Amino acid sequence: MHDHARRGIGFYLLAAFFVLFVVFLYGPMFGVVILSFQGPDGGLTFPMNGFSFRWFANLFEEQMVGDFKSAFLRSFGLAIIVMLLTVIFSLAAGLAFRRPFRGASIVFYLTVASLIVPSILITLGIGLMFDQLGIESNWYSSGLGAHLTWTLPFGLLIMFAVFNRFDPAYEEAARDLGASSWQVLRHVLLPIIGPSLVGVGLFGFTLSFDEFARTLMAAGVNNTLPLEIFGMTTNATTPVLYALGTVTTGVSFLIIGLSLAIISVVQRRRLRHGSDAGRGMV
Amino acid sequence: MPYLQILPLTLTLLVFLVAPVGLIGVVSFWDYTEFNLIPDFVWTNYRELFESRVTYSIYLSTLKFTALTWVFTTLIGFTVAYFLAFHVRTLRWQITLFLICTIPFWTSNIIRMIAWIPVLGRHGLINEALLGSGLVDTPQEWLLYSDFAVVLAFVHLYTLFMVVPIFNSMMRIDRAVIEAAYDAGAGPWRTIRHVVLPLCKPGIAIGSIFIVTLVMSDYVTVQMMSGGQSASVAVAMNNKRALLQYPAAAADAVVLLGVVLLMVVGLMRIVNVRKEL
Repeated sequence: MHDHARRGIGFYLLAAFFVLFVVFLYGPMFGVVILSFQGPDGGLTFPMNGFSFRWFANLFEEQMVGDFKSAFLRSFGLAIIVMLLTVIFSLAAGLAFRRPFRGASIVFYLTVASLIVPSILITLGIGLMFDQLGIESNWYSSGLGAHLTWTLPFGLLIMFAVFNRFDPAYEEAARDLGASSWQVLRHVLLPIIGPSLVGVGLFGFTLSFDEFARTLMAAGVNNTLPLEIFGMTTNATTPVLYALGTVTTGVSFLIIGLSLAIISVVQRRRLRHGSDAGRGMV
Repeated sequence: MPYLQILPLTLTLLVFLVAPVGLIGVVSFWDYTEFNLIPDFVWTNYRELFESRVTYSIYLSTLKFTALTWVFTTLIGFTVAYFLAFHVRTLRWQITLFLICTIPFWTSNIIRMIAWIPVLGRHGLINEALLGSGLVDTPQEWLLYSDFAVVLAFVHLYTLFMVVPIFNSMMRIDRAVIEAAYDAGAGPWRTIRHVVLPLCKPGIAIGSIFIVTLVMSDYVTVQMMSGGQSASVAVAMNNKRALLQYPAAAADAVVLLGVVLLMVVGLMRIVNVRKEL
């Protein structure tokens, strides 16, 4: 690195290591995607025994092991709700933390605690609490709460990172020009931090959609998708499991791609309009 | 105004974090029969926990998973972050490669574990390759449903939690400091050892906090990748819950929380979390 002109051997070794790491990260998933197109007589491992969409079709049939469709819809709905609440709650709390207030550090440590308290305690505790209160556990009540304990810390920490790099001069300028505090929020702050909020939403959705550890004992009678998949792993002996994996991962990738696309479109539009808002907030 | 703004977050955490954890603390002192829980104040749950030899072997096994996972994720995470921070020269490429590392984090852990079956299984790719090359005569059974598979899955799932904070620490290192080390005659290794590594301590500490809390309380990875053969604290806890022995599970949970918090507090001494964002 001190030799800026030439790449040393160190670079190539590290680059090779990085490539291996990426193969390690993505390789197994590729196998699953390929195997989900296994022929009708194909098994759980390579080689491919023909090619078919049979296992995908299988997912949407009623008599399958487990009830994929309603679990999927449940998880999708839950993820949307979690996403919206995470964005709103984190933004509000992030705004509050910009100025010191009494009890700020308690709330901060509470949020950090939510991240580091072992998930098994959260799920056991929420399940137990609903049980003792005589309230039926369900994905939209106990499950929702359990997911928020996981997504809110990420949301708030991202908001901290955003506001640590945010120049309050923009807001002061708006206020000097007579904008009300609502107008400052609506026309100055939100447009500037918009991409970060999309990022918070991305965390909210994906973390909820795939959440297992905190849902285990808190989801109630109706399984979320990850619980359903976990149940399937023990008795599925056909590639239908892989088809499910491919579909679920496809949904995750769609959401990730959509979020990244929105962020980059917003940023490019800014560049075109010559505004420097949001720079330095990489 | 600030109180109104933090209200939703605080309320959520009070109801779904503080209350449930508090309840676990209370219930850990309750008594129970086969069919119901009896509010009480007894120490039997804790006594039974500490008197059972199984407890110690389960904790040992969980700590072993944590230690192994920590070693591998730290080594891999540091190397990957080092490459991204110091050897990739343009910000555009740094962001791109960083995203490539991050994307799997947003996909399902369970499916990422299932993905190892066609690789490690009895008729998986590795066994086929080993058999095909004549290195072994019989399929290697220890590849899947073993402690090896558990640690492999942990490393696969959680290395990212090391890469991100270490990369963050490295990006904050003033390049002039590195130049100075080289000008003073230090080679790459000594620069890493005496300049980069000390400055990355906060990042490593944050990553370690994630690894410790995730692995210590893991249920699903151990259950799936060991095929139900290995034990972890959370697996034991869930077994007790399945038998409706909530107070026993609660006592187990309290002890786990204590152990994890001790480890986290130790790590927190290295780092001021809020400054790192």
